[in-house]
Amino acid sequence: MLNKVFDVTAIREDFPILSQTVHGKRFVFLDSGASAQKPRAVIDAMVRCMETQYANVHRGLHFMSERTSDEYEAVRDKVAGLLNAASRDEIVFTRNATESINLVARSFGTTALEPGDAVAVSEMEHHANLVPWQMLRDAHGTELRIIKITDSGELDWESLEQVFADGKVKLLAITHMSNVLGTYTPVERLAKFAHARGSKILLDGSQAIVHRKVDVQAIGADFYVFSGHKLYGPTGIGVLYGKREILDAMPPFLGGGDMIASVSYERSTWAKPPHRFEAGTPAIIETIGLGAAIDYVQAIGFEAIAAHERDLTEHALAVLARIGGLRVLGSAQDRGGVISFVMKNAHAHDIATLLDRQGIAVRAGQHCAEPLMGRLGVTSTARASFGVYTTREEIDALEHGLLRIQKMFA
Amino acid sequence: MSAELYQALIMDRSRNPRFAGRPAHFDAQAEQKNALCGDQVQVFVSSADVRHESRGCAIMTASADLMAEAVAGKIAGEIAALKKVFEKMVNSGEAAESLGELNALAGVSQFRSRIRCATLPWAALAQALEEVPHG
Repeated sequence: MLNKVFDVTAIREDFPILSQTVHGKRFVFLDSGASAQKPRAVIDAMVRCMETQYANVHRGLHFMSERTSDEYEAVRDKVAGLLNAASRDEIVFTRNATESINLVARSFGTTALEPGDAVAVSEMEHHANLVPWQMLRDAHGTELRIIKITDSGELDWESLEQVFADGKVKLLAITHMSNVLGTYTPVERLAKFAHARGSKILLDGSQAIVHRKVDVQAIGADFYVFSGHKLYGPTGIGVLYGKREILDAMPPFLGGGDMIASVSYERSTWAKPPHRFEAGTPAIIETIGLGAAIDYVQAIGFEAIAAHERDLTEHALAVLARIGGLRVLGSAQDRGGVISFVMKNAHAHDIATLLDRQGIAVRAGQHCAEPLMGRLGVTSTARASFGVYTTREEIDALEHGLLRIQKMFA
Repeated sequence: MSAELYQALIMDRSRNPRFAGRPAHFDAQAEQKNALCGDQVQVFVSSADVRHESRGCAIMTASADLMAEAVAGKIAGEIAALKKVFEKMVNSGEAAESLGELNALAGVSQFRSRIRCATLPWAALAQALEEVPHG
């Protein structure tokens, strides 16, 4: 394999928004974990689609529709390649990771799970991987169990074993990388653990997919979900990977056009997956944008991306450790470029507002993980998260900004 | 750096609030929470005064404390009127004479996501006042 040189300066030139200024300052974007910025290649692919080859997909017998369908379906192959799925038919397009999980909860949850079966999630889930299972519990009579985390922000294996002890857990739904702590979960081990106990496993890859090469077959994932917009693609397009035999047995999620084999007033029969789960006109332009985003990250290469982010994360942790009164939440062995912290005397919202005045964008609040905040004993945190375009200098700017805030609130 | 928002009065009242703490006796209390950030403010109303317990950012805490001071000795109708003027001020950024020191919060008008921090204590106070037994 070619040893690719990671040139962050060249990468930054691919992202038009990074040349913007905010409040008269250079724009320092440290909120990629919420949504990443878009490279020119993605923007151009979407514009090109609308300008040169756009019509509805899977319907028209005319040239434009066929061409658009081809390009739309080619993205399914790209996603299958990205995840190393065994088949393109295992890739379902959704709106985002949230919709993917809701699809599984509604379709798989109400048919493959019986009342009394349990779904297990961890203490570090985004609300997107918690609330759908609460809704399933309330509607269908499944149980919802919570696997504890340790103080270092890693999965508590003892708690995991307890949760599975009575054999009732039939689905383990868990994050691949925490959006608050940056912790990676040991997904291969978890899949083996779940399968040995008769449970399926769903992985929320919203954060992980951006930073690591994901191989759903090597992991042994039954379901894997992510959103396009965190992977430098557009909003409105997400992915559900599901093992073929599982998807085959699942009923539709939404009814409408494109998801049927035949329709009469008496009854309709369903199309095969993935189309069974894609009712209505899909997000055609966004899907084509996602295809361009996948090409973009694969051209850089996940090894290079991971090495760059490892360097940034180490630098950031060292820099933050120098700031008195600042505490980083979580200290997992295997962690990535998402760092939450609190400061003595300064509230996360004040930190975010004051950094914003210096042109630095961080997230502050509960990060859609209210129960986790309770577990960590905080009401909110500030969070810096990194992308391919993040530089060491930007982390130094964060340090500089935090030192000023520290003085103000001393 | 944001002198317009984080000015001395706000920093002082957030660090050393004068009207903080749960009183031994009160006629009504109410709590408001900002779901976005988890901030919480509790307001206690008695015939003597208004007190607050704030767990949140500097803006919210200072706003609660300045509010408690501003409404001292006022009746419910006057407080409701003042709340309206205050809300208009933090949205427009234009100071109003009747608000006195509360005008220090005018800077939040530039930070749309922070306006709620300033108005949260007032929402709690309005809720508490509804529960005060009318005699």
